[in-house]
Amino acid sequence: MRAAVIVFPGSNCDRDMRVALRNATGRDPRMVWHRETELPDVDLIALPGGFSYGDYLRCGAMASHSPILREVKRAAERGVNVLGVCNGFQVLTEAGLLPGVLMRNRDLRFVCRDVWLLVENAETPFTEGYEAGEVIRIPIAHHDGNYHADELTLRRLEDRGRIVFRYCSEMGTADRADNPNGSCLNIAGIVNERGNVLGLMPHPERLADPLLGGADGTPMFAGLARVLGAS
Amino acid sequence: MRAKVTVMLKTGVLDPQGKAIAAALGALGFEGVQGARQGKIIELDLAETDAATAREQVEEMCRQLLANTVIESYAIEME
Repeated sequence: MRAAVIVFPGSNCDRDMRVALRNATGRDPRMVWHRETELPDVDLIALPGGFSYGDYLRCGAMASHSPILREVKRAAERGVNVLGVCNGFQVLTEAGLLPGVLMRNRDLRFVCRDVWLLVENAETPFTEGYEAGEVIRIPIAHHDGNYHADELTLRRLEDRGRIVFRYCSEMGTADRADNPNGSCLNIAGIVNERGNVLGLMPHPERLADPLLGGADGTPMFAGLARVLGAS
Repeated sequence: MRAKVTVMLKTGVLDPQGKAIAAALGALGFEGVQGARQGKIIELDLAETDAATAREQVEEMCRQLLANTVIESYAIEME
């Protein structure tokens, strides 16, 4: 699998993403600066976490208009897999590659802690390494992760299995009490209609090595490497 | 020309910052604040001198960048 990590001014998880991808694939991903107007030929594009452009105007709004995003959109339309984590998820919604929007957290606080996630859909290339119904522990670190969309969009996401990760308890029940930011339907991550663009607020790259205190993020990268590995 | 764009959360979209402001005003002893909503104002200096054309340009700016129309509405004033 060949991967690229897009780097915006203010990205701060790009190197964690690089290490997680390198460990899973044995290849160093290409780091692509936001001003670039061409993408290398890759199987996966990762939009990392951070505060691109200082979160000016709205989280992800500036990044969604940067030159490289035009190429990312084209690649996504061709079927290239795109993974957006945290700020990367915000960029994907602002760019219109995923529906909805990530609003300020319900309690107006920056939340930085491990959460439990229910893997609802293990049929995507991103979740091939997990079992449906599996509960995993992944950290979150965000101020604007409160996923919001209109009723129709939410129903469509639910009906088509496009809610990939939901905030839950350790037992796997997804109640309001298990929701760290107020997001609709406890949504932590969604995929596009075609299934090749995933956005999620939690950071799998931050728990992808036992040295970091856990490895529940590893199956995402290992699964991607298996699915996309042939090329 | 100058344009002033006011961006607000759409009615019905929960505005936790507005709620916090209303609660804080109540805590300070300002009675009767039944609601508060927070938005933002963006002022633009434009080279265009025709008001109608300028307004069209600003409309497009709002749609493409200044507002996220999933949750926000915008109002334009030309000066």
